[in-house]
Amino acid sequence: MAPSSDPRPARTAAPAPGDGTGAVASAADLAVVGAGPAGLAAAVTAADLGLRVTLLDAGDRPGGQYYRHPAPELGAERPEALHHGWAAFASRARRLRDHERAGRIRHLAGHHVWTVVRKDEDAAGEWHLHALAGPEEQAVTVRARAVLLATGAYERQLPFPGWTLPGVVGAGGAQAMLKAGLVLPGRRVVVAGSGPLLLAVAGSLAAAGAAVPAVVEAASYTGYAGRLPALLRNPAKLAEGAVYGGALVRHGIRLLTRHAVVEAHGTDRVEAATVARLDRDWRPVPGTARRIPCDALAVGHGLVPQLELATGLGCATRTTADGTAALVLDEQQRTSVTGIWSAGETGGIGGAQLALAEGELAARSIAGRPLPAELVRRRSRLRAFADAMGAAHRPGTGWTGWLSDDTDVCRCEEVPAGLIREAVADLGATDARTVKLLTRAGMGWCQGRMCGQAVAALAGCAPGPDRRPLSCPVPLKVLAELPADGGTAP
Amino acid sequence: MPNRHSPDVVIIGAGVVGAACAYYAARAGLSVTVVDRGPVAGGTTGAGEGNLLVSDKEAGPELDLALLSTRLWRELATELPPETEYEPKGGLVVAPDETTLKALRTFAEGQRAAGVDAREIAPDDLPALEPHLAAGFAGGFHYPQDAQVQPAQAAARLLHASGAATRLGEEVTALLTGPDGTVRGVRTTRGEIAARAVVNAAGTWGGRIAELAGVRLPVLPRRGFVLVTEPLPRLVRHKVYAADYIADVASDSAALQSSAVVEGTPGGPVLIGATRERVGFDRSLSTEALRRLAGQAAALFPVLGEVRALRTYHGFRPYLPDHLPAVGPDPRAPGLFHACGHEGAGIGLAPATGLLLADVLTGARPALDLAPFRPERFGDGTTSHAANGAGA
Repeated sequence: MAPSSDPRPARTAAPAPGDGTGAVASAADLAVVGAGPAGLAAAVTAADLGLRVTLLDAGDRPGGQYYRHPAPELGAERPEALHHGWAAFASRARRLRDHERAGRIRHLAGHHVWTVVRKDEDAAGEWHLHALAGPEEQAVTVRARAVLLATGAYERQLPFPGWTLPGVVGAGGAQAMLKAGLVLPGRRVVVAGSGPLLLAVAGSLAAAGAAVPAVVEAASYTGYAGRLPALLRNPAKLAEGAVYGGALVRHGIRLLTRHAVVEAHGTDRVEAATVARLDRDWRPVPGTARRIPCDALAVGHGLVPQLELATGLGCATRTTADGTAALVLDEQQRTSVTGIWSAGETGGIGGAQLALAEGELAARSIAGRPLPAELVRRRSRLRAFADAMGAAHRPGTGWTGWLSDDTDVCRCEEVPAGLIREAVADLGATDARTVKLLTRAGMGWCQGRMCGQAVAALAGCAPGPDRRPLSCPVPLKVLAELPADGGTAP
Repeated sequence: MPNRHSPDVVIIGAGVVGAACAYYAARAGLSVTVVDRGPVAGGTTGAGEGNLLVSDKEAGPELDLALLSTRLWRELATELPPETEYEPKGGLVVAPDETTLKALRTFAEGQRAAGVDAREIAPDDLPALEPHLAAGFAGGFHYPQDAQVQPAQAAARLLHASGAATRLGEEVTALLTGPDGTVRGVRTTRGEIAARAVVNAAGTWGGRIAELAGVRLPVLPRRGFVLVTEPLPRLVRHKVYAADYIADVASDSAALQSSAVVEGTPGGPVLIGATRERVGFDRSLSTEALRRLAGQAAALFPVLGEVRALRTYHGFRPYLPDHLPAVGPDPRAPGLFHACGHEGAGIGLAPATGLLLADVLTGARPALDLAPFRPERFGDGTTSHAANGAGA
């Protein structure tokens, strides 16, 4: 739909027959899944423009993974001290509260959407979002005429021997612990992996009182040199980098580039990490290993877009500069499926500022309004920056060289690398799905969120987009009580 | 064309049927190459539950095939590695009321005459077989011959054991023919493979291979969803289903049919499958299918209502209009052999199919009459069943 036409969802929603699942009687103009930066920006903008919005989010409070709140009982006085751009969040959170009071936004916190399906009863099309609400996992169905998926991302993990030891945490997880609980993962924390988040995490940990003996970065920051134009167009991002860099200097933290933690040691808990130099393809260079004592290890390799709701709807994906799969989106933030928009990390990892811009643009598109040129330029600038960063931190193919055959790659099902290698070499598994079928890697509770990237690398293929028709575990009684539609076949 | 590097047989399809054909052909002394556009078990096999059932088949040619397969699977279980997860766990079919039980009794009598071991279980004896089964069933039948394998493992291990050359990720784009029109190999995206014989084990996509030879084989996709629960201690001991499943399997209707078959797995999760509907290759999630599977599973085992589904998957069964597979030579295209169209029973029927096809390829007398499975039985006309063939 062109911005000049008026694609605004019709406001004459017919009352729905009660389906006994706690659904509201009429369809919202827009359902937004995810209340992180993108979803929050989209919801408040859409409500500003007169749409009736339902905002669903698994968290108890808006902000998503990025804007995390200390638990109220901690009585933190300045949560913003740990955040960049808290003001951007605070103003939108305020607008959210105003719209909620005015009845323009229905905010369903603690709602985990497990699937979105199309209902074609009327020509305009309508979507049903099935969710589990609260700890009791009550079934809720939300109806909407348009859907914005702002489901964010999760952390990319590349396993290494010893990564299952207590004390080894995700870098994003360490940051989250700090923001939400003001808790440190240890007193002496090695921060490792790849990507700009590592600098932020190290800075936060040091500021909160931990010793950080080293930040171990697998990429080489000289990799940025070839992409300077994108960096220079993003002065704010450079300043952010300078702040992190400054924090490292201030706290006396060593930055080891082109290095990786190739093993964690310890019995009941991590006691040390072995760090080795990497060649251009991220293969550990023999003879360069050294041990760094620590009582915690915060590791992460950037983020992976969380796409299962979108792929479940058939939305097209692409491989981005950082090697992950993301949604194909047009300049209106539309997916390849009519009626489904997306914003934020789902379109390619790009950070909170880009997510805010995209959320606002998506909302304007859904409301049939023109897109402000300044915001569009801002999006291109930030996207170019994200691509440059993504390319610099894309894992090299040689990283699997630090996996020994007995390293568990899939933690849920305890599948070691050797078993996966056997499935690939001897049994004809040429992709991640077949590895899963033959080894159970990725079949456990996390459904491959933790090991998916590693399994794909071992199978020698690019990681495919998330495919999880159920985005979270769903009690059978909830499925059994879904509204009947009396057969689906044509 | 054929040279000393050419295999005797090229098999198209690395699913369980292609793998079984490779296994028995190699055992009969033939050299074999298996080609697949995807990985091993990448089509319907990988989306299967691994059912080796005699219980759901009425007396007739398919049951004969299933009984032969049952014997062969028992042998294979000793030859293939334990990862194949062969479990002769037996099936339990329960009847909700007296009328269904009576029908089931008649059905079982026919099966017994064909060699099936079917034992009627009185309502009071059901809990001994399945302690968590809901109360109130009129009775049931126990089928000790029903068994289970892990389907992807079964295909991969059969293929590995066959010693066949495998060319995965290579799609067949044409069939090679000799001067007299005889099929003499395949052309793929990476080159040509000459061979004396070509086997079409392309499953749901078998109709397309037939088309390459200019013959018609109306294989259609019949979609099924399976629900997988969280890992559980052993709650379900057999393959358990309600008697109406049998009617669904044999149904010609395009509409969604479902009657849950519930079973445990060595890995812990309970599998609940599977729906049947003809909707072409539609990959979108049907919440209606999940609703029915979950409801029916909980009706059989109330304890499952409180359990969570971790995932669901779907597959497309290769279905021929008369519900029987195509097995044997195609007189319309000499040199081409078919082994496809096994609908939802491919895992179970694979060994018998492979053995019979190896017999045909080596000129031995097949252990079963292949007449009911003749590939040319649907004719070359463009008759009724093509109507639903979205993409077949």
